[in-house]
This record gives sequence, structure tokens and C-alpha cells, in this order.
Amino acid sequence: MQPILLKNGRIIDPVNGIDMVGNLLLHLAKCAQINPSSLPEGTREIDLTGKWVVPGLIDIHVHLREPGEEYKETIESGAQAAAAGGFTAVACMPNTKPVLDSAQMIEAVLSKAQKAACRVYPVGAISSHGQGSTLANMGEMFAAGAVAFTDDGLPVSDSQLMRRAMEYAGNYGVPIISHSEEIGLSRHGSMNEGPMSTRMGIIGIPHAAEEIMVYRDLALAELTGQHVHLAHISTKESVSLIRRAKANGCPVSAETAPHYFSLTEKAVGKYDTYAKMNPPLRMDYDVEAIKEGLQDGTLDVIASDHAPHSDLEKELEFDRAANGIIGLETSLSLALQLVRSNCIDEKKLVELMSSNPAKALGLPGGSLTVGNMADVTVIDPLRQYTYQRDEVVSRSKNSPFLGWNLTGKAVLTIVGGKVTYEDL
Amino acid sequence: MDAEYRFNHKHILSIDDFSTDDLSFIIQTAESFKEISTRSIKKVPTLRGKTIINLFFEPSTRTRLSFEIAAKRMSADTFNISASTSSATKGETLIDTVRNLEAMRPDAIIIRHSSSGSPHMLTRYISSSVINAGDGTHQHPSQAILDMMTVKEKKGHLKGLKVAIIGDITHSRVAHSNIVGFTKMGADVHVSGPRTMVPIGIEDMGATLHRSVADAVSGADVVMGLRIQKERQQDSLIPSLREYAQVFGINSTLMRLAKPDALIMHPGPINRGVEMTAEVADSAQSVILEQVTNGVAVRMALLYLVLGGE
Ligand SMILES: [Zn+2]
Repeated sequence: MQPILLKNGRIIDPVNGIDMVGNLLLHLAKCAQINPSSLPEGTREIDLTGKWVVPGLIDIHVHLREPGEEYKETIESGAQAAAAGGFTAVACMPNTKPVLDSAQMIEAVLSKAQKAACRVYPVGAISSHGQGSTLANMGEMFAAGAVAFTDDGLPVSDSQLMRRAMEYAGNYGVPIISHSEEIGLSRHGSMNEGPMSTRMGIIGIPHAAEEIMVYRDLALAELTGQHVHLAHISTKESVSLIRRAKANGCPVSAETAPHYFSLTEKAVGKYDTYAKMNPPLRMDYDVEAIKEGLQDGTLDVIASDHAPHSDLEKELEFDRAANGIIGLETSLSLALQLVRSNCIDEKKLVELMSSNPAKALGLPGGSLTVGNMADVTVIDPLRQYTYQRDEVVSRSKNSPFLGWNLTGKAVLTIVGGKVTYEDL
Repeated sequence: MDAEYRFNHKHILSIDDFSTDDLSFIIQTAESFKEISTRSIKKVPTLRGKTIINLFFEPSTRTRLSFEIAAKRMSADTFNISASTSSATKGETLIDTVRNLEAMRPDAIIIRHSSSGSPHMLTRYISSSVINAGDGTHQHPSQAILDMMTVKEKKGHLKGLKVAIIGDITHSRVAHSNIVGFTKMGADVHVSGPRTMVPIGIEDMGATLHRSVADAVSGADVVMGLRIQKERQQDSLIPSLREYAQVFGINSTLMRLAKPDALIMHPGPINRGVEMTAEVADSAQSVILEQVTNGVAVRMALLYLVLGGE
């Protein structure tokens, strides 16, 4: 593998307290040295003046749809979308068809992922077939390489099962990821509940549907002492609950997705199914609270909840259309908007999208420590582009951000010293 | 309405899309068409050669028939398609269905569908006019306009009237479009019903919400009942139809609180003895059948306006 010298970029690595303009050498698939005095033979030198060199971004919440719905996305196409979005690693959710609930399924994903454009860390199911009634074989899935467990897509409605899952995962030191939704309250709902859903005649999903389960899972983390990671936080009160729990020492981490700090329920507009997701887009005050949560560390991670759906599932009546949007390719650009508006600084951005995601699921990566694997993302913070349907790398195109003019994107993605995406 | 006014809508989707001028103009047009239905030959050539498809995914004999009669009185060719919503499970989506119909070059598609917003969605895929004949719990614009026309006919105006709407507000597209329409035209809309059937933010749409039905009806010029779907009991929205009738039903005792000449309305079909006693429904103040008559005139007006008949 050709050694690479990333020259004159702004190297930002919060884990090692680095924020400096310099040269980073990648050699033998590792971060070899900063400002080396000599270069190995055949080094490719890339001038990155004005760009940022950061530890490879990690998205810990993506749906790759393989096996079962390869027409929406595959491990290969999803990994390419990830690389194009600046991600060097993703964690994929187990709600495939069939569900990732056995060692064989985890192994199958890992084997497909060997040739993928980013590292893929499978998350196993909490319950057999994701049906929420009995524990899946978490131990054997852990042994096969599962990095966490969740029934994402659906909540674990049985509180006792959720408690047992946390306790059992505790044996392996891996987190349980909570899709926090009280299904009795959200059932049949297609958007945020409020004056707008009333006017549109759409059944709403109240804020409480999320908050009740956030509270439950915080209480269970407290009870069991086991790490729970709360997925796709969307409401103001959820942020407050997590803030308070963290202050009390509860072992919790939490993520939000770019759409929850970039859009409100108004994006649903004239029944736009591209803005239909679960949890639904919320109100202005929620968006503000999510930003505060990112700022003060209540929310640890930005994850895309990349949820590909073909037009078959989206070109339907609003209440029948599938939930979810793709996000791998827009996540960074939308997060950079937070930096430009001074909501967060560059260091915080890297923490939210690289070091904290690694920490939350105990993954390698997340820093440029010399000797670590050479997973690096280069960001051009000023690059302007229009996000267009025919340029989407993901196999599905369901994004409410199509047509948006965005600023800032990944221009070089390197996984283990190998370039997986280049747009210099 | 100023002299420059022109009706400028290709579709009839939601009362929200119309200005007060638009609404007055539609009513005025409907009033001028009403006379046609009293002739011995109830037919004018206005829409001759136009093709109109009635696409009903929900059974509704009344609304479908009303649209069909309206179209035929204007000499348009009409076709009825009662698609079952289960055709989606056969693999044909609403968009497929409508694209197929579109290929036959209709001038207007009148759609009734259980999903809110489906008429809106169709306008993105086809080029004919789309007329919403009721979508989910969103709106039923022609019903709201015929209700406004009926009240205006009886009271001479809408401004300043107190309109009480009683019942299942959440699931009633009639209530939603009437709240928006009557409020736009200067009436005060007051609503009441079981709190399980009053959605969040109804005040935001312009209605005043009352805990007691008596307060909503007190001094009203118009009292409108809404149909209660019997299944709501299973959804735990009301404990029983009997209790509903006792607490929220419109009876003559309640009507004594309204103005003596208050109109009684209902979009039909009525569950007699539940939303309304038979005595009230059949009283001299009831304009329920005139609503039906005006429905044809309003639908004639809407078809005429969107199809630009000369
Ligand atoms: Zn989820």
C-alpha cells in the first residue's frame, strides 16, 4: 500500500489534544507520524491547504438493508455512500430480513463487509427475530463480532426483557441501543402530534411516546448499572431527562441525527413523504434543545439513522409511506452548519462524529494516535454543492435535503491507509 | 369582491387554499346553478365533451352520487370507479391507478380516499384537475362550501354568526374544513365533544373549544352534529354510544339554549338517537335535506370553475 502524506491540512484530533496545521504521514495502514522529517519511498503527497484532517468519521446508526431488501441498499452500496459522506466506519442495525439474531447472520455481514468501502460493525438483535419476546443469542453474536444489541426499528416494549437484555449484555461489556418509543402512544401516527398534524388530518406521534421510553431506559440503566445508548433523540424533554441522568452518573450515551437539528415538522409541508420518519420531525423548541444538548455534551453522538427506502415505499399516501431517510452523504454537511453558526466548534464536531461514536460502541478508531489504524477523513469546510438526486451514491434517494445548497463536505476518505473516496 | 376577481384554481384540495373572495364566488356560482335542478329538463351543455372520473376508495353513495348528478347536469361524461383500498395489496399503488386513468385523458378526477393528503399527492403525478371528495381526516371542501351556502341562504350572511359543531372533531374532515371555511368568512366557530375526540391545536385552526356542549350551543345560530363512527367505542374514545347520546347528543332540551331560529345541520348519514334525536333532525329548523340539495349546486359550480366551461 502506497504511503500517503497529507500535507498542510489543519489536523484536528481531540483525543490527543491536537489542532494544528501540519503534515500527517500514513504508512503501512497506520497513522505513522506527524510532521515527518523524511518520507518512505513512493509516498503520495497531497496538499490539503485550507482543509481539515480529522480521524475517520464513524456513523453508529445505519440501516444497510442486506440481507433481504437489497433493492434499497446493500452492504456494498451503503459502504460506498458512507465513504462518500466521509465515514470510515459504520454500525449497521439488525432489522434486516431476516433479522441479525444469530452468529451466522453476524458472520455473513462481516464477510460481505470485507470488500466494502468502509468498516462495517454489525449490531445484533436483542430478541429472537426482533419480535420482542425472548432474548436472542447475544453471547454467540458477540463472539462472532456484534458490537452492540438493539431491536431498532421497534422498541423493546417488555420492560423486563429490556432489563434482562441490559444485564446479559453486561457480561460482554457491550451496550444496548434503545429505540425509545412507547408504541401504544405512537401507533398509527405518521408525524409529530400538534396543531400541524391536526390541520393536515394526520395522526400524530406525541413527544411523550419517546420521552416515556427514554425515561424507562434511563431508569433501567440506573437499575442494572449497564451502559445503554439512546438512539435518535428528537425531543426537548428527552434531552433534559438525559442531562439529569448523566448528572446523576447514569451509564448512558445518546445520539441525535442531523435532521433533528436541521428540520422541523414544517418540512412535511404538503404531505412530503421524504420528510416522514420515526421519531418524527419535531418543533422549533425541540431543534433548539437538540442543539443545546450537542453543545453541552448531553448528546454524545451525531448518527445519520441512514434508512434507505425505494420509491416503491415512498411514493405512497403519506400515512402508508415508509419511515426514514438516507443520511450518510449529508450528515457531515449538515453538522458543519452547526460549526458555521457557532453552535459547536471544530473540535466538538470531531468528537460528535468520530471519537464519541467510537467510545459509545467501544469501536477502534476515533483518533489519529500514532500507531493507530490509518482511518482519516479530510473535510473541505468551504466546498459548496447542491445535493442532487442523480449524484446520490446510496441505492435509495429518499432524502428531504435533495436540492439543498450545502456547504462543506468530505473530499478524501481513507480507511486503513487506503483511499475509499476522493473528490479533491 | 373587486372587479378584477378571477377564480384561479386548477384543483379543489383544501379550504385553506381559498380566499374569502374565492369562497364567495363559488357560493355565488352555485346559487346561479341551483335553478337548473328545478327545471323539468335538468341539463345544460356547459361541460359537454368533458370527462370526469369519480374515483372512490371509500364507500360513499351520497357524495359520489351528488358529484355524479352535478357532472351529468352539466353534460359531462362521468365514470365511476369504486376501487377498494386493498388494490394496494394487489401491488397496484394509488399512483399506478391514477396514472392509468390519466392515460385515458380525463379532465378531472374526483377522489375520495382514506389517507389524508392523497389528493395533494396526486397533483404531483397527473395533469388533470383533482377534486377532493374527502381525504382521511383532513378535509371535505365541497361539503364545507355547501354548508356555508346553506347557512348563507337561510341567514343572508355568515359574518358574526355563532356556529356550534358538536361531536367527533378529531376524525371529522367535515369539521376541519368547516372550521377553516366558516372562520374565514367571519363566523365564530365553537366546538365541543368528548375530549378524546378533540385534537390538539383545534383552537389554532380558529375554533373556540368548550368543555360543555351547552356552552358551545348557547346562543348559537347554527348547530351542527357530526357522525359518530360506531367503532370509536372499541378505540376507547367513548365508553358507550348510550353515554355519548346522553352527554353529547343534540336534543330539544339542548336546542333551547341556541337562538330560537338556529339552524340544525348534519353532514349525514345520521345515527338517529346518537348524535341527534329524531325530533331535532326532523324539526322545522333542520336544513339537513337542503344541505343535500345545495351539494349538487356546489359541485356543479366547482366542476364548472376548475374545468373552465364556457
Ligand atoms: Zn430506531
